[in-house]
Amino acid sequence: MSDRFPRGRTAIVGAAVFGQGRAPGYEASDLAAVASINALKQAGLAPADVDGLFFCHGTDTLGGLSFAQYLGIQPKVVDNSRIGGSAFQAYVELAAWLLDAGMIEVALIAYGSNQASAAGKLVNTVRPMPYEGPYRPLNPVSSYALAAGRHMHAFGTTKAQLGEVALAARGWAQLNPEAFKRDPLTAEDYAASRLVSDPLGVLDCCLVTDGGAAVVMTRADRARDLAQIPIHVLGAASETTHREIAWMPDLTVTGAARSGERAYRQAGLSSREVDVVQVYDAFTINTILFLEDLGFCPKGEGGRFVEGGRIAPGGELPVNTNGGGLSCVHPGMNGLFGIIEAVRQLRGEAGDRQIAGAEVALAHGNGGVLSSQATVILGTAAAC
Amino acid sequence: MSEPKPDEEFRRFLGEGRFMIQRSLETGAYVFFPRVAEPGTGAALEWVQASGRGTVHATTVVRKKPPEPSYNVALIDLEEGPRMMSRVEGVEPDAVVIGMAVRAAIAEQDGEPVIVFTPAEVWG
Repeated sequence: MSDRFPRGRTAIVGAAVFGQGRAPGYEASDLAAVASINALKQAGLAPADVDGLFFCHGTDTLGGLSFAQYLGIQPKVVDNSRIGGSAFQAYVELAAWLLDAGMIEVALIAYGSNQASAAGKLVNTVRPMPYEGPYRPLNPVSSYALAAGRHMHAFGTTKAQLGEVALAARGWAQLNPEAFKRDPLTAEDYAASRLVSDPLGVLDCCLVTDGGAAVVMTRADRARDLAQIPIHVLGAASETTHREIAWMPDLTVTGAARSGERAYRQAGLSSREVDVVQVYDAFTINTILFLEDLGFCPKGEGGRFVEGGRIAPGGELPVNTNGGGLSCVHPGMNGLFGIIEAVRQLRGEAGDRQIAGAEVALAHGNGGVLSSQATVILGTAAAC
Repeated sequence: MSEPKPDEEFRRFLGEGRFMIQRSLETGAYVFFPRVAEPGTGAALEWVQASGRGTVHATTVVRKKPPEPSYNVALIDLEEGPRMMSRVEGVEPDAVVIGMAVRAAIAEQDGEPVIVFTPAEVWG
Protein backbone atom coordinates (compact mmCIF):
# COMPACT_ATOMS: atom_id res chain seq x y z
CA MET A 1 0.00 0.00 0.00
CA SER A 2 1.44 3.35 -0.90
CA ASP A 3 0.15 6.44 0.83
CA ARG A 4 -0.09 9.95 -0.55
CA PHE A 5 2.22 11.63 1.94
CA PRO A 6 2.89 15.22 0.79
CA ARG A 7 6.57 14.62 0.07
CA GLY A 8 8.53 17.88 0.16
CA ARG A 9 5.36 20.01 0.21
CA THR A 10 5.89 21.11 3.82
CA ALA A 11 8.99 22.42 5.52
CA ILE A 12 10.52 23.23 8.86
CA VAL A 13 11.18 26.98 8.83
CA GLY A 14 12.20 27.47 12.46
CA ALA A 15 14.01 25.26 14.96
CA ALA A 16 15.32 26.30 18.38
CA VAL A 17 16.34 24.91 21.75
CA PHE A 18 16.54 26.70 25.07
CA GLY A 19 17.84 25.84 28.53
CA GLN A 20 19.43 22.50 27.63
CA GLY A 21 21.04 21.04 30.72
CA ARG A 22 20.03 23.03 33.78
CA ALA A 23 17.60 25.94 33.71
CA PRO A 24 16.73 26.64 37.35
CA GLY A 25 13.81 28.93 38.02
CA TYR A 26 12.04 28.26 34.75
CA GLU A 27 8.79 26.34 34.50
CA ALA A 28 8.45 23.78 31.71
CA SER A 29 6.17 26.12 29.76
CA ASP A 30 8.66 28.98 30.09
CA LEU A 31 11.35 26.82 28.47
CA ALA A 32 9.00 25.73 25.68
CA ALA A 33 7.86 29.33 25.15
CA VAL A 34 11.37 30.77 24.77
CA ALA A 35 12.23 28.03 22.27
CA SER A 36 8.92 28.62 20.43
CA ILE A 37 9.32 32.37 20.14
CA ASN A 38 12.92 31.95 18.93
CA ALA A 39 11.90 29.32 16.39
CA LEU A 40 9.06 31.54 15.12
CA LYS A 41 11.42 34.55 14.93
CA GLN A 42 13.77 32.59 12.66
CA ALA A 43 10.92 32.46 10.15
CA GLY A 44 9.81 36.04 10.74
CA LEU A 45 6.66 34.81 12.52
CA ALA A 46 5.08 35.37 15.95
CA PRO A 47 2.85 33.27 18.23
CA ALA A 48 -0.24 34.94 16.76
CA ASP A 49 0.55 33.32 13.39
CA VAL A 50 0.23 29.81 14.83
CA ASP A 51 -3.04 28.00 14.08
CA GLY A 52 -1.84 24.44 14.72
CA LEU A 53 -0.26 23.68 18.10
CA PHE A 54 1.42 20.35 18.86
CA PHE A 55 2.55 20.19 22.47
CA CYS A 56 3.19 17.58 25.09
CA HIS A 57 3.88 18.31 28.75
CA GLY A 58 5.42 15.86 31.21
CA THR A 59 2.67 16.03 33.80
CA ASP A 60 -0.10 18.39 32.56
CA THR A 61 -2.43 16.05 30.67
CA LEU A 62 -4.20 19.09 29.19
CA GLY A 63 -0.85 20.72 28.45
CA GLY A 64 -1.76 21.63 24.87
CA LEU A 65 -4.54 23.85 26.15
CA SER A 66 -2.33 25.32 28.84
CA PHE A 67 0.41 26.18 26.36
CA ALA A 68 -2.02 27.77 23.88
CA GLN A 69 -3.20 29.94 26.75
CA TYR A 70 0.39 30.76 27.73
CA LEU A 71 1.15 31.91 24.17
CA GLY A 72 -2.17 33.77 23.98
CA ILE A 73 -3.32 31.95 20.85
CA GLN A 74 -6.56 30.25 19.83
CA PRO A 75 -5.43 27.49 17.46
CA LYS A 76 -7.71 25.55 15.13
CA VAL A 77 -5.85 22.34 15.92
CA VAL A 78 -4.31 21.37 19.25
CA ASP A 79 -2.65 17.97 19.33
CA ASN A 80 -1.78 16.94 22.85
CA SER A 81 -1.32 13.25 22.10
CA ARG A 82 0.84 11.40 24.58
CA ILE A 83 2.65 8.51 22.97
CA GLY A 84 5.97 9.17 24.71
CA GLY A 85 9.15 10.61 23.25
CA SER A 86 8.13 9.72 19.69
CA ALA A 87 5.23 12.19 19.91
CA PHE A 88 7.26 14.92 18.23
CA GLN A 89 8.09 12.91 15.12
CA ALA A 90 4.41 11.93 15.01
CA TYR A 91 3.47 15.62 15.32
CA VAL A 92 5.65 16.39 12.27
CA GLU A 93 3.84 13.62 10.40
CA LEU A 94 0.41 14.93 11.32
CA ALA A 95 1.33 18.58 10.79
CA ALA A 96 2.55 17.76 7.26
CA TRP A 97 -0.80 16.20 6.37
CA LEU A 98 -2.83 19.01 7.97
CA LEU A 99 -0.75 21.77 6.36
CA ASP A 100 -0.94 20.12 2.95
CA ALA A 101 -4.70 19.69 3.31
CA GLY A 102 -5.01 23.42 4.03
CA MET A 103 -6.47 22.82 7.45
CA ILE A 104 -3.73 24.86 9.13
CA GLU A 105 -1.19 27.45 7.93
CA VAL A 106 1.51 27.49 10.62
CA ALA A 107 2.29 24.54 12.89
CA LEU A 108 4.23 24.98 16.12
CA ILE A 109 5.64 21.82 17.71
CA ALA A 110 7.00 22.50 21.18
CA TYR A 111 8.23 20.87 24.35
CA GLY A 112 9.71 21.92 27.66
CA SER A 113 10.70 20.22 30.88
CA ASN A 114 12.33 21.43 34.08
CA GLN A 115 12.53 17.93 35.59
CA ALA A 116 16.21 18.09 36.49
CA SER A 117 15.97 21.36 38.41
CA ALA A 118 12.53 20.67 39.88
CA ALA A 119 12.81 17.01 40.84
CA GLY A 120 16.28 15.75 39.92
CA LYS A 121 14.84 12.69 38.17
CA LEU A 122 12.60 11.57 35.34
CA VAL A 123 9.15 13.03 36.00
CA ASN A 124 6.03 11.61 34.43
CA THR A 125 2.48 10.64 35.24
CA VAL A 126 2.75 6.99 34.25
CA ARG A 127 1.48 4.56 36.88
CA PRO A 128 2.65 0.95 36.93
CA MET A 129 0.38 -1.60 35.31
CA PRO A 130 -1.12 -4.02 37.88
CA TYR A 131 0.49 -7.02 36.15
CA GLU A 132 3.95 -5.38 36.27
CA GLY A 133 3.91 -3.30 39.45
CA PRO A 134 4.34 -6.13 42.00
CA TYR A 135 7.62 -7.19 40.35
CA ARG A 136 9.13 -3.71 40.83
CA PRO A 137 10.83 -3.30 37.45
CA LEU A 138 12.94 -0.13 37.61
CA ASN A 139 11.15 1.36 34.64
CA PRO A 140 11.92 2.40 32.07
CA VAL A 141 15.46 0.98 32.51
CA SER A 142 14.45 -2.61 33.32
CA SER A 143 12.23 -2.94 30.26
CA TYR A 144 15.05 -1.82 27.96
CA ALA A 145 17.42 -4.10 29.92
CA LEU A 146 15.18 -7.09 29.16
CA ALA A 147 15.28 -6.19 25.46
CA ALA A 148 19.07 -5.70 25.60
CA GLY A 149 19.56 -9.08 27.27
CA ARG A 150 17.43 -10.71 24.62
CA HIS A 151 19.48 -9.05 21.84
CA MET A 152 22.69 -10.32 23.44
CA HIS A 153 21.24 -13.83 23.70
CA ALA A 154 19.93 -13.88 20.11
CA PHE A 155 22.80 -12.18 18.29
CA GLY A 156 25.86 -12.26 20.55
CA THR A 157 25.77 -8.52 21.14
CA THR A 158 28.25 -7.60 23.88
CA LYS A 159 28.37 -5.11 26.72
CA ALA A 160 31.43 -3.54 25.09
CA GLN A 161 29.36 -2.92 21.94
CA LEU A 162 26.73 -1.12 24.04
CA GLY A 163 29.67 0.88 25.37
CA GLU A 164 30.64 1.91 21.82
CA VAL A 165 27.28 3.68 21.59
CA ALA A 166 27.91 5.60 24.82
CA LEU A 167 31.43 6.55 23.73
CA ALA A 168 30.26 7.73 20.31
CA ALA A 169 27.56 9.91 21.88
CA ARG A 170 30.11 11.47 24.21
CA GLY A 171 32.48 12.05 21.31
CA TRP A 172 29.80 14.05 19.49
CA ALA A 173 28.83 15.92 22.67
CA GLN A 174 32.43 17.08 23.02
CA LEU A 175 31.99 18.85 19.66
CA ASN A 176 28.73 20.50 20.77
CA PRO A 177 29.07 23.48 23.12
CA GLU A 178 25.38 23.12 24.09
CA ALA A 179 25.75 19.48 25.22
CA PHE A 180 25.40 18.79 28.94
CA LYS A 181 28.01 16.01 29.36
CA ARG A 182 31.29 16.89 27.64
CA ASP A 183 33.97 15.41 29.89
CA PRO A 184 36.07 12.63 28.30
CA LEU A 185 34.71 9.08 28.51
CA THR A 186 36.84 5.97 27.93
CA ALA A 187 35.99 2.31 27.39
CA GLU A 188 37.57 1.69 30.81
CA ASP A 189 35.25 4.25 32.45
CA TYR A 190 32.31 2.54 30.78
CA ALA A 191 33.39 -0.96 31.83
CA ALA A 192 33.84 0.18 35.43
CA SER A 193 30.48 1.95 35.71
CA ARG A 194 27.76 0.75 38.06
CA LEU A 195 25.05 -1.64 36.86
CA VAL A 196 21.47 -0.41 37.25
CA SER A 197 19.41 -3.20 35.69
CA ASP A 198 21.55 -5.88 34.02
CA PRO A 199 23.02 -5.54 31.45
CA LEU A 200 22.43 -1.76 31.52
CA GLY A 201 24.49 0.49 33.76
CA VAL A 202 24.47 4.20 34.51
CA LEU A 203 26.42 5.01 31.34
CA ASP A 204 23.87 3.10 29.22
CA CYS A 205 21.12 5.45 30.44
CA CYS A 206 20.15 8.84 29.07
CA LEU A 207 20.72 12.00 31.05
CA VAL A 208 18.22 13.74 33.29
CA THR A 209 18.24 17.38 32.22
CA ASP A 210 16.00 20.40 31.68
CA GLY A 211 15.35 21.80 28.24
CA GLY A 212 12.94 23.41 25.84
CA ALA A 213 12.64 22.91 22.09
CA ALA A 214 10.41 24.03 19.24
CA VAL A 215 10.04 23.71 15.49
CA VAL A 216 7.80 25.65 13.13
CA MET A 217 6.34 24.16 9.95
CA THR A 218 4.55 25.71 6.97
CA ARG A 219 3.74 24.63 3.45
CA ALA A 220 6.79 24.73 1.19
CA ASP A 221 5.25 27.41 -1.08
CA ARG A 222 4.92 29.75 1.90
CA ALA A 223 8.31 28.67 3.31
CA ARG A 224 10.03 30.15 0.26
CA ASP A 225 8.92 33.64 1.32
CA LEU A 226 10.08 33.31 4.92
CA ALA A 227 13.39 34.32 6.44
CA GLN A 228 14.93 30.90 7.11
CA ILE A 229 16.28 28.19 4.74
CA PRO A 230 13.40 25.69 4.55
CA ILE A 231 14.14 22.08 5.47
CA HIS A 232 11.62 19.89 3.69
CA VAL A 233 9.69 17.00 5.18
CA LEU A 234 10.20 14.14 2.73
CA GLY A 235 8.61 11.36 4.73
CA ALA A 236 7.10 10.75 8.17
CA ALA A 237 5.43 7.64 9.56
CA SER A 238 4.57 6.07 12.92
CA GLU A 239 3.99 2.61 14.32
CA THR A 240 2.83 1.38 17.73
CA THR A 241 3.46 -2.19 18.86
CA HIS A 242 2.68 -2.42 22.59
CA ARG A 243 2.72 -0.58 25.90
CA GLU A 244 4.45 -2.79 28.49
CA ILE A 245 7.53 -4.78 27.48
CA ALA A 246 5.88 -8.19 28.09
CA TRP A 247 3.59 -7.47 25.14
CA MET A 248 6.27 -6.38 22.68
CA PRO A 249 5.81 -8.86 19.82
CA ASP A 250 9.56 -9.51 19.45
CA LEU A 251 11.99 -7.92 21.92
CA THR A 252 14.65 -7.61 19.23
CA VAL A 253 12.53 -5.90 16.52
CA THR A 254 10.94 -2.49 17.08
CA GLY A 255 8.12 -0.76 15.22
CA ALA A 256 10.87 1.34 13.60
CA ALA A 257 11.18 -1.42 11.01
CA ARG A 258 7.73 -0.49 9.74
CA SER A 259 7.66 3.25 10.44
CA GLY A 260 11.05 3.50 8.74
CA GLU A 261 10.03 1.44 5.74
CA ARG A 262 6.98 3.65 5.19
CA ALA A 263 8.93 6.88 5.67
CA TYR A 264 11.61 5.77 3.19
CA ARG A 265 8.95 4.83 0.65
CA GLN A 266 7.25 8.21 1.02
CA ALA A 267 10.60 9.95 0.59
CA GLY A 268 11.64 7.73 -2.32
CA LEU A 269 14.92 7.10 -0.52
CA SER A 270 16.75 4.30 1.25
CA SER A 271 19.10 4.27 4.23
CA ARG A 272 22.02 4.60 1.79
CA GLU A 273 20.94 8.14 0.91
CA VAL A 274 20.78 9.33 4.53
CA ASP A 275 23.73 11.61 5.36
CA VAL A 276 23.10 12.07 9.08
CA VAL A 277 21.05 10.02 11.55
CA GLN A 278 19.38 11.05 14.83
CA VAL A 279 17.79 8.18 16.77
CA TYR A 280 16.23 8.37 20.20
CA ASP A 281 18.93 6.92 22.46
CA ALA A 282 17.14 6.67 25.79
CA PHE A 283 19.47 3.70 26.37
CA THR A 284 22.47 2.40 24.44
CA ILE A 285 20.53 -0.61 23.15
CA ASN A 286 18.12 1.77 21.37
CA THR A 287 20.76 2.99 18.94
CA ILE A 288 21.68 -0.58 18.01
CA LEU A 289 18.03 -1.62 17.55
CA PHE A 290 17.13 1.44 15.48
CA LEU A 291 20.20 1.23 13.22
CA GLU A 292 19.10 -2.31 12.41
CA ASP A 293 15.40 -1.60 12.07
CA LEU A 294 16.00 1.52 9.96
CA GLY A 295 18.13 -0.47 7.51
CA PHE A 296 21.63 0.81 8.29
CA CYS A 297 22.76 -2.77 9.00
CA PRO A 298 21.11 -6.21 8.98
CA LYS A 299 19.06 -7.40 11.97
CA GLY A 300 21.37 -8.67 14.67
CA GLU A 301 24.45 -6.87 13.30
CA GLY A 302 23.93 -3.61 15.21
CA GLY A 303 26.45 -4.43 17.93
CA ARG A 304 29.19 -5.27 15.46
CA PHE A 305 28.15 -2.30 13.27
CA VAL A 306 28.88 0.30 15.96
CA GLU A 307 32.33 -1.13 16.76
CA GLY A 308 35.49 0.76 15.90
CA GLY A 309 33.90 4.19 16.18
CA ARG A 310 31.75 3.75 13.09
CA ILE A 311 29.00 6.06 14.44
CA ALA A 312 31.39 8.37 16.34
CA PRO A 313 32.92 11.61 15.02
CA GLY A 314 35.06 10.73 11.99
CA GLY A 315 33.20 7.42 11.52
CA GLU A 316 31.44 6.22 8.42
CA LEU A 317 27.88 6.98 9.64
CA PRO A 318 27.26 10.08 11.79
CA VAL A 319 24.66 9.17 14.45
CA ASN A 320 23.28 11.48 17.15
CA THR A 321 25.60 14.30 16.26
CA ASN A 322 24.47 16.58 19.12
CA GLY A 323 25.50 13.92 21.65
CA GLY A 324 22.00 12.46 21.88
CA GLY A 325 20.02 11.70 24.99
CA LEU A 326 23.07 9.93 26.40
CA SER A 327 25.36 12.97 26.48
CA CYS A 328 23.58 16.11 25.17
CA VAL A 329 20.08 16.55 26.53
CA HIS A 330 17.24 14.43 27.90
CA PRO A 331 14.48 16.42 29.59
CA GLY A 332 11.99 13.55 29.93
CA MET A 333 11.34 13.31 26.22
CA ASN A 334 14.08 13.72 23.66
CA GLY A 335 12.36 13.30 20.28
CA LEU A 336 12.16 16.97 19.34
CA PHE A 337 15.86 17.57 20.04
CA GLY A 338 16.78 14.96 17.41
CA ILE A 339 14.59 16.72 14.84
CA ILE A 340 16.26 20.04 15.64
CA GLU A 341 19.74 18.57 15.33
CA ALA A 342 18.75 17.12 11.94
CA VAL A 343 17.53 20.57 10.84
CA ARG A 344 20.73 22.24 12.03
CA GLN A 345 22.86 19.73 10.14
CA LEU A 346 20.86 20.32 6.96
CA ARG A 347 21.06 24.09 7.38
CA GLY A 348 24.83 23.73 7.78
CA GLU A 349 24.90 25.46 11.14
CA ALA A 350 26.22 22.61 13.32
CA GLY A 351 29.67 24.14 13.89
CA ASP A 352 32.48 21.73 14.78
CA ARG A 353 30.19 18.73 14.37
CA GLN A 354 28.84 19.74 10.94
CA ILE A 355 28.58 16.89 8.42
CA ALA A 356 29.86 18.45 5.21
CA GLY A 357 27.30 18.54 2.44
CA ALA A 358 24.50 16.90 4.43
CA GLU A 359 21.33 16.92 2.31
CA VAL A 360 19.20 14.14 3.84
CA ALA A 361 18.71 13.54 7.56
CA LEU A 362 16.66 11.00 9.45
CA ALA A 363 15.24 11.73 12.92
CA HIS A 364 13.68 8.78 14.70
CA GLY A 365 11.59 8.99 17.86
CA ASN A 366 10.83 6.31 20.43
CA GLY A 367 8.16 6.29 23.12
CA GLY A 368 7.29 4.19 26.14
CA VAL A 369 9.44 1.07 26.38
CA LEU A 370 10.23 0.64 22.66
CA SER A 371 6.42 0.89 22.34
CA SER A 372 5.80 3.68 19.89
CA GLN A 373 8.05 4.58 16.98
CA ALA A 374 8.00 7.46 14.52
CA THR A 375 10.43 8.24 11.73
CA VAL A 376 10.91 11.59 9.99
CA ILE A 377 13.07 12.07 6.88
CA LEU A 378 14.13 15.64 6.15
CA GLY A 379 15.95 17.10 3.17
CA THR A 380 17.37 20.32 1.80
CA ALA A 381 15.91 21.87 -1.35
CA ALA A 382 18.53 19.89 -3.30
CA ALA A 383 17.08 16.63 -1.96
CA CYS A 384 13.50 17.45 -2.99
CA MET B 1 -25.56 -9.04 30.09
CA SER B 2 -23.30 -9.92 32.99
CA GLU B 3 -20.32 -7.68 33.61
CA PRO B 4 -17.08 -9.64 33.28
CA LYS B 5 -14.86 -7.50 35.59
CA PRO B 6 -11.71 -9.39 34.53
CA ASP B 7 -9.24 -7.90 37.02
CA GLU B 8 -11.53 -8.63 39.96
CA GLU B 9 -12.06 -12.20 38.83
CA PHE B 10 -8.33 -12.76 38.35
CA ARG B 11 -7.61 -11.50 41.85
CA ARG B 12 -10.42 -13.60 43.35
CA PHE B 13 -9.00 -16.75 41.72
CA LEU B 14 -5.54 -15.84 42.93
CA GLY B 15 -6.86 -15.39 46.46
CA GLU B 16 -8.24 -18.95 46.20
CA GLY B 17 -4.77 -20.19 45.23
CA ARG B 18 -5.51 -20.55 41.52
CA PHE B 19 -3.48 -18.99 38.67
CA MET B 20 -6.11 -18.51 35.98
CA ILE B 21 -5.68 -17.17 32.47
CA GLN B 22 -8.22 -16.68 29.69
CA ARG B 23 -8.93 -18.57 26.48
CA SER B 24 -10.77 -17.37 23.40
CA LEU B 25 -14.05 -19.13 22.72
CA GLU B 26 -13.47 -18.45 19.02
CA THR B 27 -9.81 -19.19 18.32
CA GLY B 28 -8.77 -21.17 21.40
CA ALA B 29 -5.81 -18.80 21.88
CA TYR B 30 -4.79 -18.08 25.48
CA VAL B 31 -4.78 -14.52 26.80
CA PHE B 32 -2.93 -12.76 29.61
CA PHE B 33 -3.40 -10.04 31.06
CA PRO B 34 -7.12 -10.38 31.87
CA ARG B 35 -9.44 -8.59 29.44
CA VAL B 36 -13.10 -8.43 28.42
CA ALA B 37 -12.36 -9.80 24.94
CA GLU B 38 -9.67 -11.52 22.89
CA PRO B 39 -7.16 -9.04 21.48
CA GLY B 40 -7.43 -8.76 17.71
CA THR B 41 -10.72 -10.62 17.27
CA GLY B 42 -12.84 -9.19 20.07
CA ALA B 43 -14.09 -12.72 20.76
CA ALA B 44 -15.48 -13.74 24.15
CA LEU B 45 -13.14 -15.34 26.69
CA GLU B 46 -13.41 -18.08 29.30
CA TRP B 47 -11.24 -18.65 32.37
CA VAL B 48 -8.97 -21.69 32.47
CA GLN B 49 -6.35 -22.76 34.97
CA ALA B 50 -2.80 -22.15 33.78
CA SER B 51 -0.49 -25.17 33.77
CA GLY B 52 2.06 -23.07 35.62
CA ARG B 53 4.81 -24.32 33.33
CA GLY B 54 6.93 -21.65 31.68
CA THR B 55 10.29 -20.69 30.23
CA VAL B 56 12.40 -17.60 30.96
CA HIS B 57 12.24 -15.37 27.88
CA ALA B 58 14.30 -12.48 29.24
CA THR B 59 15.80 -11.58 32.60
CA THR B 60 17.39 -8.68 34.44
CA VAL B 61 18.66 -7.92 37.94
CA VAL B 62 17.58 -4.65 39.51
CA ARG B 63 20.69 -3.56 41.39
CA LYS B 64 20.11 -2.03 44.82
CA LYS B 65 22.56 -0.46 47.20
CA PRO B 66 23.41 -2.97 49.98
CA PRO B 67 22.06 -3.89 52.44
CA GLU B 68 18.90 -3.74 50.31
CA PRO B 69 19.00 -6.91 48.19
CA SER B 70 19.14 -6.80 44.40
CA TYR B 71 16.30 -8.74 42.80
CA ASN B 72 15.27 -10.52 39.63
CA VAL B 73 12.72 -9.30 37.09
CA ALA B 74 11.94 -11.68 34.23
CA LEU B 75 9.62 -12.19 31.30
CA ILE B 76 8.15 -15.70 31.37
CA ASP B 77 6.68 -17.46 28.36
CA LEU B 78 3.80 -19.55 29.66
CA GLU B 79 3.40 -22.99 28.11
CA GLU B 80 -0.03 -21.84 26.84
CA GLY B 81 1.56 -18.98 24.85
CA PRO B 82 1.15 -15.68 26.67
CA ARG B 83 4.18 -13.85 28.06
CA MET B 84 4.11 -12.15 31.45
CA MET B 85 6.40 -10.19 33.72
CA SER B 86 7.31 -11.91 36.96
CA ARG B 87 10.42 -12.89 38.92
CA VAL B 88 12.26 -16.13 39.46
CA GLU B 89 12.85 -16.99 43.10
CA GLY B 90 14.85 -19.74 44.77
CA VAL B 91 18.10 -18.91 42.96
CA GLU B 92 20.38 -15.88 42.97
CA PRO B 93 18.84 -13.15 40.81
CA ASP B 94 21.77 -13.25 38.36
CA ALA B 95 21.61 -17.08 38.11
CA VAL B 96 18.35 -16.79 36.17
CA VAL B 97 19.06 -17.39 32.47
CA ILE B 98 17.11 -17.21 29.23
CA GLY B 99 15.60 -20.60 28.38
CA MET B 100 15.39 -21.78 32.01
CA ALA B 101 12.35 -23.96 32.68
CA VAL B 102 10.27 -22.54 35.54
CA ARG B 103 7.07 -23.30 37.46
CA ALA B 104 4.55 -20.83 38.82
CA ALA B 105 3.85 -20.44 42.51
CA ILE B 106 1.65 -18.02 44.41
CA ALA B 107 3.59 -15.99 46.94
CA GLU B 108 2.37 -13.33 49.35
CA GLN B 109 3.73 -9.83 48.96
CA ASP B 110 2.54 -6.88 51.05
CA GLY B 111 -0.46 -8.98 52.10
CA GLU B 112 -1.49 -9.68 48.47
CA PRO B 113 -1.07 -12.90 46.48
CA VAL B 114 1.35 -12.57 43.55
CA ILE B 115 2.51 -15.06 40.91
CA VAL B 116 6.23 -15.86 41.00
CA PHE B 117 8.27 -18.62 39.39
CA THR B 118 10.91 -21.04 40.61
CA PRO B 119 13.33 -23.17 38.56
CA ALA B 120 11.56 -26.33 37.36
CA GLU B 121 14.22 -28.71 38.67
CA VAL B 122 13.30 -27.73 42.23
CA TRP B 123 9.96 -29.38 41.49
CA GLY B 124 11.50 -32.54 39.99
